[in-house]
Amino acid sequence: MSDVLKIVDLHVSIGDKEILRGVNLSMTEGETHALMGPNGSGKSTLGLAIMGHPNYNCTQGEILLNGENILELEPNERARAGIFMAFQRPVAIPGVKMADFLRHATTNVRNPERKEGEDLIPMREFRKEIKANMEQLQMDSEFARRYVNDGFSGGEMKRAEILQLAMLQPKFAILDETDSGLDADAVRLASQSINEIGHNKMGLLIITHHDKLLEHNPPNFTHVILGGRIVETGGKELAEELHAHGYDRIRKQYPEAAKVNDESEAEAEAVV
Amino acid sequence: MSTELTESQELKSTEINKYDFKTETTAVFKARKGIDAEIVNQISDIKNEPDWMRKFRLEALEIFESKPMPKWGGDIDLDFQDIFYYLKPTTDQGKSWDDVPEEIKDTFEKLGIPEAERKYLAGVKAQFESEVIYGSLKKDLSDQGVIFTDTDTAVREHPELLREYFGKVIPSADNKFAALNSAVWSGGSFIYVPPGVSIEFPLQAYFRINEENMGQFERTLIIVDEGAQVHYVEGCTAPMYTSESLHSAVVEVVVKKNARCRYTTIQNWANNIYNLVTKRAFAYQDGTMEWVDGNLGSKLTMKYPAVYMMEPGARGEILSIAFSSKGQHQDAGAKLVHCAPDTTGTIISKSISKNGGRSSYRGLAKVEKGAVNSKCSVVCDALILDDASRSDTYPYIEINEQDVSMGHEASVSRIGEEQLFYLMSRGLSEAEASTMIVNGFIEPLVKELPMEYAVEMNRLIQLQMEGSVG
Ligand SMILES: Nc1ncnc2c1ncn2[C@@H]1O[C@H](COP(=O)(O)OP(=O)(O)OP(=O)(O)O)[C@@H](O)[C@H]1O
Ligand SMILES: [Mg+2]
Repeated sequence: MSDVLKIVDLHVSIGDKEILRGVNLSMTEGETHALMGPNGSGKSTLGLAIMGHPNYNCTQGEILLNGENILELEPNERARAGIFMAFQRPVAIPGVKMADFLRHATTNVRNPERKEGEDLIPMREFRKEIKANMEQLQMDSEFARRYVNDGFSGGEMKRAEILQLAMLQPKFAILDETDSGLDADAVRLASQSINEIGHNKMGLLIITHHDKLLEHNPPNFTHVILGGRIVETGGKELAEELHAHGYDRIRKQYPEAAKVNDESEAEAEAVV
Repeated sequence: MSTELTESQELKSTEINKYDFKTETTAVFKARKGIDAEIVNQISDIKNEPDWMRKFRLEALEIFESKPMPKWGGDIDLDFQDIFYYLKPTTDQGKSWDDVPEEIKDTFEKLGIPEAERKYLAGVKAQFESEVIYGSLKKDLSDQGVIFTDTDTAVREHPELLREYFGKVIPSADNKFAALNSAVWSGGSFIYVPPGVSIEFPLQAYFRINEENMGQFERTLIIVDEGAQVHYVEGCTAPMYTSESLHSAVVEVVVKKNARCRYTTIQNWANNIYNLVTKRAFAYQDGTMEWVDGNLGSKLTMKYPAVYMMEPGARGEILSIAFSSKGQHQDAGAKLVHCAPDTTGTIISKSISKNGGRSSYRGLAKVEKGAVNSKCSVVCDALILDDASRSDTYPYIEINEQDVSMGHEASVSRIGEEQLFYLMSRGLSEAEASTMIVNGFIEPLVKELPMEYAVEMNRLIQLQMEGSVG
């Protein structure tokens, strides 16, 4: 039976500000979903809430993995259950080598029952695998020895996220603007790699403002989020429409949501 | 091979109590508790010392008694009369581990010393309570005139050499604890490296306190002659008791022209040890002194390794890591004194506090008049793991010359929520993730250590991290 990730009436707050106001979404393994929406509409928030970020409080609703609510699980338990997110802005961890980090990560995700201190996957096996993946992503072998996201260029950072996706082989992956900050060649490489790693295999939730990534990974569904709610769902032609014409039609058609979105944007700017 | 990846070190849970075990031994001689002239004389008698050393001790005792307790640093709640100052564990020092009494040999086996010796050391000294019970030095080194012995033996066998430097870098009157050590010192290492001799592998000393209420007062003197090089490593542990023990060492280092000395400490004292240590080096023309100081454990550590750059071109480098957990206070730091032109000093200090632990960085950077064109840089970073823990910085800077460059940076950070989340989102448990972040934080220092010690350091950090979780 295929794995299913289902989000039901999800409300998420940061502090006392409600960002997501009842999101519904259902994904089956092997499907690709595009999640689109203007800046500040709540795309990253949805991803981070699914991954279990401690600052994102789910005040209502459920996230179900094969029918089981995962809201009470820690991020590491969610990862071990097969959920992955490539972050829009990955954080640097000085002094921690990519290889060391990834070996722990890979071991844990592959042996979800592993306790701290138990054996890691054999060095040889790990090395072979990471090397192959790095070659495919055209990454220098030195890269494994660098510190996690520390001083990475925008492109390197995104590539490192894809490398993790390749190593961890999740059931569901949220890719949050994994194509941004890349030059044209790098976007093509990233798009092709994601296709090889996960398209038609994993459940992919692709958040993007560009068209290349979706051209290589045509979505079965496109969801438009505005003001913390999914206002419209369509096929891949909806993504094409938004790429070509922007969000004017959506804003006009859903004035309530547009208002919420604008207000929260203005608020965010005031804070800055 | 450029694709080579680093092997991470994982700690098995069975190793957690690796250092906390007590050995049943029968001492050859144990002085009564307390300190006075009678005890000092008794120590001198047993060691059959020359008069000058007896006088040196008795004078130091007077200084100790006359000096007040330091008013800064940590809280010292010690009854000096409730401590054993001298315990001789065995009659003779072993030249082979087979000569060492079985129980004591077992102790060091458990601590992995003989194994390390076989694998990568040029020489070893093992001190149990007050005396060095085992010593070795590779033959090619002794053939080249290298001396690596315990300090008591040096008093007998190398009297002129020892007397020329003993107590000269750190006079008894330097501070109360230096005076105490000078009065009751026993054991420690004496090293002399002749001109031009470069020792490739480290010389290591291991200090073990076993008894409750014991005081350990080793005295180390290292002389690196012109153009010579040595790396000395010390490790220290003790089992856990309910009442306090005291470790108060004095370490003097003389680095002559063009010579180089690196002194690495990896201490992991039990939580009831007061660790009050004075360490100082004089570096002469173009000589380099490096202190690498890893402070884990103890109830209170007060330790500020110092480099006095005495002649032009001398360099001093101090790298220190302090880790304090529940009930612990690490008051650690460093001291650089530029006494001559064109001298260069660096301090890099990293501290980690967790579970209510307290770390303080206390450092002095001083440029004397005339030390023109000297450069001094101080960087101290503190990482605090939770709200119950604390970190303070006390930097003292004293510049008495115009033409110098002085840099000072300090940062305090909390373990990043975003960093934890990132690692956890990749399947690492919270404990695993924090350990990784902490190890990353000290990585710039750890990578300076030879492989074996880097591994040891990471293990110890992991032990400390696990201490809180379990
Ligand atoms: N940590 C935070 N603290 C306060 N407000 C936040 C935080 N994170 C997000 N927000 C707010 O939540 C709203 C949604 O942000 P989110 O990052 O989910 O938008 P997005 O759709 O991913 O936008 P973009 O396309 O710009 O990446 C915004 O108004 C933002 O300011
Ligand atoms: Mg976003």
